[in-house]
Amino acid sequence: MSKTERDQILLKALAQNDKEAIQTIYRENYSLVQHLVIHNNGSEDDARDVFQEGLIVLFEKSKSEDFELNCQIRTYIYSVCRRIWLKKLQYLRRFETQVEMLEETVSVEDDIEAHDKLNAQYGIMKAAMGKIGEPCKSLLEAFYVHQKSMTEISSFFGYTNADNAKTQKYKCLMRLKKLFFAQYKNGN
Amino acid sequence: MEPLNMLEQIERYHRNEMSPEELAAFEAERKKDPELDQMTVEHHFFISQLESYSDRKRFKANLHDIHHNLQENGEIRSVQPNTRATVVAIWKRYRRVVSFAAAVAGVTALLTSGLTAAFSPKVAIREVEELRRKVNHLEKQTSNQRAEINAVRQKIDPALPVTIGGTSFIIDPKGYLITSAHVVEGARNIYVQHNDGHDYKARLVMSDRKRDLALLQIDDDDFKPGSPLPYGFNTRGTELAEPVFTLGYPKDEIVYGEGYLSARSGLKGDTLAYQISINANPGNSGGPILNRKGEVVGILNARQTEAEGVVFAVRARNIVRFVDEVKAMDTDVQVKIPTQSSLRNLDRVQQVRKIQDCVYMVKVVI
Repeated sequence: MSKTERDQILLKALAQNDKEAIQTIYRENYSLVQHLVIHNNGSEDDARDVFQEGLIVLFEKSKSEDFELNCQIRTYIYSVCRRIWLKKLQYLRRFETQVEMLEETVSVEDDIEAHDKLNAQYGIMKAAMGKIGEPCKSLLEAFYVHQKSMTEISSFFGYTNADNAKTQKYKCLMRLKKLFFAQYKNGN
Repeated sequence: MEPLNMLEQIERYHRNEMSPEELAAFEAERKKDPELDQMTVEHHFFISQLESYSDRKRFKANLHDIHHNLQENGEIRSVQPNTRATVVAIWKRYRRVVSFAAAVAGVTALLTSGLTAAFSPKVAIREVEELRRKVNHLEKQTSNQRAEINAVRQKIDPALPVTIGGTSFIIDPKGYLITSAHVVEGARNIYVQHNDGHDYKARLVMSDRKRDLALLQIDDDDFKPGSPLPYGFNTRGTELAEPVFTLGYPKDEIVYGEGYLSARSGLKGDTLAYQISINANPGNSGGPILNRKGEVVGILNARQTEAEGVVFAVRARNIVRFVDEVKAMDTDVQVKIPTQSSLRNLDRVQQVRKIQDCVYMVKVVI
């Protein structure tokens, strides 16, 4: 199996949120980014945040339909994380010296831009989720995030049957939708 | 269609869960009902947003778990930062320790001060206050002394201990006085002034640079030879630590000074001289040094510039020898140096009262 083929398999699994694939990518690339961040005025926590942000970028990208990666996963992650860390350093005004280049990099500006947009949407949804209150939040997260079935949800939340749970879920969803669009239209 | 029902339908449509018949019916309905169509578009967008959110949230949870696992397995290791960030890293690593230590130190300090305040006796405070008063007093004294020393220093020309003007004293009531040679050196005219303010013209009979002695004679018609001298000359030598006193004219009136014989030799082991600890100023040069019996033991001639209160005196024996030499050279000079003191049993005030009439200020016109 060539390196490229292996990368393709990993990326497909990554798009499916496959834990094994994520762990493999994580294990193989973390130390590179850690080195980059820590040797450029960052802490271990910074390194973790930057690396995970970089993986999210890769994850979002792998999910898109017209996805194709023209370089190795390693190169892509390094490029993205380097860009993210530079931005963060500038934001924190900790940018003192040129961040060293350990690896070759590819242009990731477009991906970062797309990622920033997704970040904003994620933020809006997160804020809306924070406002709807319980039990709606837990109920919706159980269904959408944790992908529980309605039967599991009704027993867990103490509804007499799945239909009652479903009705409750839709009520909550309507509230969330209202909150989301209120914010979304303001923001855009 | 009920709203809940409708939403469920839209969601199923969105998830591609509809059977072909259902899908066809839904599509037909959607074309017919623009409200449903609008709602479908809107809800479709919302659901994708929610799913995207959920996806990412799940992904983040995975990342978190994975990081934790890898760290536990030792597959992710901490990296030592390079030197540029060492301080930051050390601070970050020991932040907790440091803050804990600081907290402990703070608590300790509070406890200590609290305990001190609680257990220290009241008496101690009073003692401390008294001590402080003493310290203040001492400080005041010191500053006064400093002011005095400064005042004295201003009067003394440190470069030239003895300048024009000095002291002389009578060694023969006929009008012979002895003084230091440097007092009258280069003088065109010499005047001596009595304690009562009367000036007499004097002449230099002879001076000896080596011994720093000069013999003067009052050459003035106003001068009347006085009564026998109250003091005599002690040529036997004096003991260390023997108290001595002097009279002189460091200023316009006669000044009394007290001290002790601190060494039997003068500057750099000069055996012609004594070293005396006494406060002396320029103008004291040529003054008599007397012991407690009222005997002249020497004549004050110099002050050591480096040390305060150290002066040198030419021994009385050398005065006698000098006068003898003068007499041998100049037969006109008839000086009889007294050897007996009549002041032996008097107290110091009476001694000084008698001596001061024999001590003259020397004024020199160059």
